[in-house]
Amino acid sequence: MWDYSKKVKDHFLHPRNAGQIENPDAVGEAGSLACGDQMKLMLKIDENEVITDAKFQTFGCGSAVASASALTEMIMGKKLDEAAHITNKDIVDYLGGLPVEKMHCSVMGHEALESALHNFRGTSPEPAEEAKKHIVCECFGVTDDEILRIVQENSLTTIEDVTHYTKAGGGCMSCHDKIKGLIEQVVGEEKAQQPPRPAGAKLTNIQKMKLIEETFEKEIRPMLKADGGDIELIDIDGNKVIVSLRGMCSSCTSSTFTLKKYIEPKLKEFVSEDLFIEEVKP
Amino acid sequence: MNTKNVYADNNATTMVAPEVKETMEPFFTNLYGNPSSMHVFGGQVKKFVDRAREQIAALIHADPAEIVFTSCGTESDNAAIRGILAAHPEKKHIITSRVEHPAVKNVFQFLEKNGYRLTELSVDRLGRIDLDELREKLDNDTALVSIMWANNETGVVFPMQEIAELVKSKGAVFHTDAVQAAGKVSIDMNTTPVDLLSLSGHKLHAPKGIGILYIRKGTHFVPFIMGGHQEGGRRAGTENVPYIVGLGKACELALDHLEENKSHIKVLRDKLEKELLQKAVDASVNGDPENRLPNTTNISFKYIEGESILMLLSEAGIAASSGSACTSGSLEPSHVLRAMGVPFTRVHGSVRFSLSRYNTDEEVSYIIENMLAIEKTLREISPFGRDELHAEQ
Repeated sequence: MWDYSKKVKDHFLHPRNAGQIENPDAVGEAGSLACGDQMKLMLKIDENEVITDAKFQTFGCGSAVASASALTEMIMGKKLDEAAHITNKDIVDYLGGLPVEKMHCSVMGHEALESALHNFRGTSPEPAEEAKKHIVCECFGVTDDEILRIVQENSLTTIEDVTHYTKAGGGCMSCHDKIKGLIEQVVGEEKAQQPPRPAGAKLTNIQKMKLIEETFEKEIRPMLKADGGDIELIDIDGNKVIVSLRGMCSSCTSSTFTLKKYIEPKLKEFVSEDLFIEEVKP
Repeated sequence: MNTKNVYADNNATTMVAPEVKETMEPFFTNLYGNPSSMHVFGGQVKKFVDRAREQIAALIHADPAEIVFTSCGTESDNAAIRGILAAHPEKKHIITSRVEHPAVKNVFQFLEKNGYRLTELSVDRLGRIDLDELREKLDNDTALVSIMWANNETGVVFPMQEIAELVKSKGAVFHTDAVQAAGKVSIDMNTTPVDLLSLSGHKLHAPKGIGILYIRKGTHFVPFIMGGHQEGGRRAGTENVPYIVGLGKACELALDHLEENKSHIKVLRDKLEKELLQKAVDASVNGDPENRLPNTTNISFKYIEGESILMLLSEAGIAASSGSACTSGSLEPSHVLRAMGVPFTRVHGSVRFSLSRYNTDEEVSYIIENMLAIEKTLREISPFGRDELHAEQ
């Protein structure tokens, strides 16, 4: 059984605003039956563009019902412009968290709201906007712009995350490369926005050592271990990183190649361009 | 929480029978010897292990020497598949069905990635396999066929006699995962030419952590777990004595109660199924009504979702399972129901009730009453109303 928060359980067992509105001013839909969830959102909107009533109907699991219920509570009494700023993350926060595999339920809530707002404005959804979209995940019909937005809003870094949040990639998995590309695109944009580390920035020795050790742990060791080898950091002398290869690596004829072509570039990438590597025999 | 507790998920696991627990207790205290030891501590325990082996052999009409103790059904399946392939390295074709338990399915798919040619037999709308397809696919290169005795999700029982005879006639080895069948339908190794059979303790009122692999005499087999000489060299590791003794007792009880499956459990199952089908707005049964385990019913409630049903059942103190994608942790709904071609609209709303001899008529009435109320509640909040139901019919 999923570990749902008290609030999720409460909103599932006692859904707020479940049902229909007669003559709604806006209707939004999201999800699909094939995927196992579907949500319909109905709104009453007054002349000042304030949401005066919201009701939902959901086919789906406990967290899908809870997300829809939470959404209606969150938007009630809000102006449309305010409501438009609500993200899936806001829904998750309101519910006191969701299991990561269930994040797509909050995304469905957000999409139903978006769809309702488009429906109200009669602009729905702009053809230009529509034309820019491309389906990435054929199994669940998820588009690139949707993935980009969710990756950005929730700071996702892996394909698995994207699947948990959007379902994309959870079926035949043939789109995994495309999803990876989209994640990299977002990460790249974010990096570009950050001030680049000034070239030759002076790392203190402790910072440098820490970064080098971290790079060994995260980037280098796992790769070597997969081949039955290992590496030991012996010393750091200025920009010279002195290492000793262990296990299979120590007797491997391609170890120099590994050092120069794989390990050194990693250190340059993650620590500093000035580093170079030197091997001592154990 | 309410006071009522109705356990109707016996294909997932079962309650340990009180008699089983009682039988096991001395083996946690006085009778702690190692059955391989050459002293009285070991000797007195070995008798009980031998006795358990006989009790288990009796349930499936086998020779006690053909019973190998393992840690669980999954180990039995892995040991059977790998043990046979290791003994027949020259053959590279393996056959299974699309509706196997992951303990078989995932091993076969792993083997496919490692050089084996894999055939997965399809099933029809009622979850039945096609014997002609099996006949067609068997060839001289086929090392092993593994087809379950009964399906865990739908309870569909496969025609073991015909399948085993067919496989043997083509010279391949036949393994069956009988984890769900054991104790529910009669199994007779004297008449059914199965080579290897897996059985799990916790599906028949023994505890979790014990299983057996039946290996017919004369079967070439390479042990999966190597080490000491236990189990006639077919499975190393010091015997899990308390659990072995418990499983022996559970099998004895299962044999004693085998007829009750028809007189008691099936009657309850039929009542549950019949009333839900009659009174629900839209419900249908998944699986072959003719050849089915007496304790299992898998019912789809169209346009309402399985996890929601389970959560509300749980609120009422009722335990069941679902093939919905949302209950699996992955996004994929039941591979069994999808293989049968059950439409998504029904797969997501599927609920499995599996009973045991401990269930009562009163409990079944309680399930029916609550399930119907839950269907009504969820239909009220579902965007697919009666219009869609009627439009599609």
